[in-house]
Amino acid sequence: MKKTFGGPSIFLDRGDINTDEIIPAKYLTEVTKEALKPYCLEDLSLDGFDPKGEKLANARVIVTRDNFGCGSSREHAPWVFEVNEIHTVIAESYARIFRQNMFNCGMLAIELPKEQIDKLFALEQGSGDVDIAINLAEQEIVARGNGIEESCRFEISPFDKALVEAGGWVEYADARY
Amino acid sequence: MGHTTAEKIFAAHLRDEPFQGTKVLDIDRVLCHEITTPVAIADLEWRGKDRVFDASKIKAVIDHVTPAKDSKTALQAKILRDWARRHEIKDFFDVGRNGVCHAIFPEKGYIRPGFTAIMGDSHTCTHGAFGAFAAGVGTTDLEVGILKGVCAFREPKTIRVNLNGKLPGGVYAKDVILFVIGQLGVNGATDRVIEFHGPVVEAMSMDARMTLCNMAIEAGGTCGICQPDMVTVEYLWPFIEEEYASKAEALADFQNWVADTDAGYDKVLDFDVSALEPQVTYGFKPDCVKSAKEMAGTKVDQVYIGTCTNGRIEDLRQAAAVLKGRMVADSVRGIVSPATPKIFQEALAEGLIQIFMDAGFCVTNPTCGACLGMSNGVLAEGEVCAATSNRNFSGRMGKGGMVHLMSPSTAAATAITGVITDARSF
Repeated sequence: MKKTFGGPSIFLDRGDINTDEIIPAKYLTEVTKEALKPYCLEDLSLDGFDPKGEKLANARVIVTRDNFGCGSSREHAPWVFEVNEIHTVIAESYARIFRQNMFNCGMLAIELPKEQIDKLFALEQGSGDVDIAINLAEQEIVARGNGIEESCRFEISPFDKALVEAGGWVEYADARY
Repeated sequence: MGHTTAEKIFAAHLRDEPFQGTKVLDIDRVLCHEITTPVAIADLEWRGKDRVFDASKIKAVIDHVTPAKDSKTALQAKILRDWARRHEIKDFFDVGRNGVCHAIFPEKGYIRPGFTAIMGDSHTCTHGAFGAFAAGVGTTDLEVGILKGVCAFREPKTIRVNLNGKLPGGVYAKDVILFVIGQLGVNGATDRVIEFHGPVVEAMSMDARMTLCNMAIEAGGTCGICQPDMVTVEYLWPFIEEEYASKAEALADFQNWVADTDAGYDKVLDFDVSALEPQVTYGFKPDCVKSAKEMAGTKVDQVYIGTCTNGRIEDLRQAAAVLKGRMVADSVRGIVSPATPKIFQEALAEGLIQIFMDAGFCVTNPTCGACLGMSNGVLAEGEVCAATSNRNFSGRMGKGGMVHLMSPSTAAATAITGVITDARSF
């Protein structure tokens, strides 16, 4: 099923956030996605970040730095976002497997140049509340925060876009192969 | 222009190119373990598509937590076990016959030069040691692999790493790959294959080549690839002797997958490793690497020898050579986990297990266990472990724990002194 994208955002100002931080291995013994829900980003080492805080609970978009999702292949990382209704990550770059897992689940792993990510982080200064709207068809994001609006286009490969539109790789592959 | 090994494998396995740059490949081996496969199985059942594309190309093992430690891990094992039986997957390895996936599957001869392999495990890159394209994938890719026998990739560019010179005594493949990752950085090979060349790789055994390729992912690499040669043929010979008239014929066939001399590379890196020292990680990323000498004196609470990186027979021999006639420091808990039952038996026959036990090591059954903090040696808050594994992320072996990655030889020396120690100082 095709997912919805955009909404309140949480900013994680660090590179190389790995999948062990997103969902620690001790929870990999769960056999349903729903069971992962309380453990989102539980082991993230980032000053001021509270995995039990309201900011994360309300977030629908994550904005972060480079090499996000490095490490393990565990799809539990995108799943823990999915069950927490975070369907979009916006980062400077991703680890390959994490990025593919996001698209395979019909979710968005948007890549933007560092300068553009910096502008999004700048919006967070002040009130801290940033809402990001995402238009997949137009490949455009509009971020509003601190009384300022920032918009930009993003690149997505036609294949990844097709996966998101199909609702994921299983749906896409099943119809085609 | 010629082609890299990965490009040749992609061309030979291309099923579809739905968009330019997206290659859907036929997969020769879909490898499964009990952590990432059960959700794929459950989803296939939920979709009413509980089928497998080819039971003979699917291999499965229970390895991460085995024997099961609690009801949840018992259920994961049961889901995989029941599924393997239901679909008559003959190559399924359960308690007593199971070992760490990236050690047991090669050991059974399942991976050949030119093959494509996927697994829901990031260290699947290990199998590139055979001149194969093997990539870690998530559960959805695994699920489609099980159902359809295909997987989609952006065709990766290749970084060629030439390892020149001659490795000094007491310096091993683990030291080489830690050094290379230190040079590349943790995302230096993202969306890239790392192709290893040069006299140092040619002189390496398959065990050593697997150690080398195992950590390609720690630089973000899709796969590490070694060039198939006579070492590859010798390793695989018991499994292929009926397919080829001679080893020379097998070699000629395998060499179809060797990269062309005029292949195009994203980057070519030359390293002379003749003066390389034993390497140890210091931070929470695998590219934070120093020499064992620089790290000397760092206190550890536990030493863990094993895993898909360094749990093979040569690794145990290297560690045992250092441990022989010596004792683990009183302040240290030593744990060794031979990666497969075959390796365990070889270690028994060679007297290595005796050496480990005489030194005061705990010998565990083959399992991934403590490497990812799941069982058999999880760290407490604030504890430090010297490990032969591949990942030193914060909390990897237990929340609040610290991991230093190193070779089996360095780990053994560290176990004896209780502080990080260059084994060449003994």
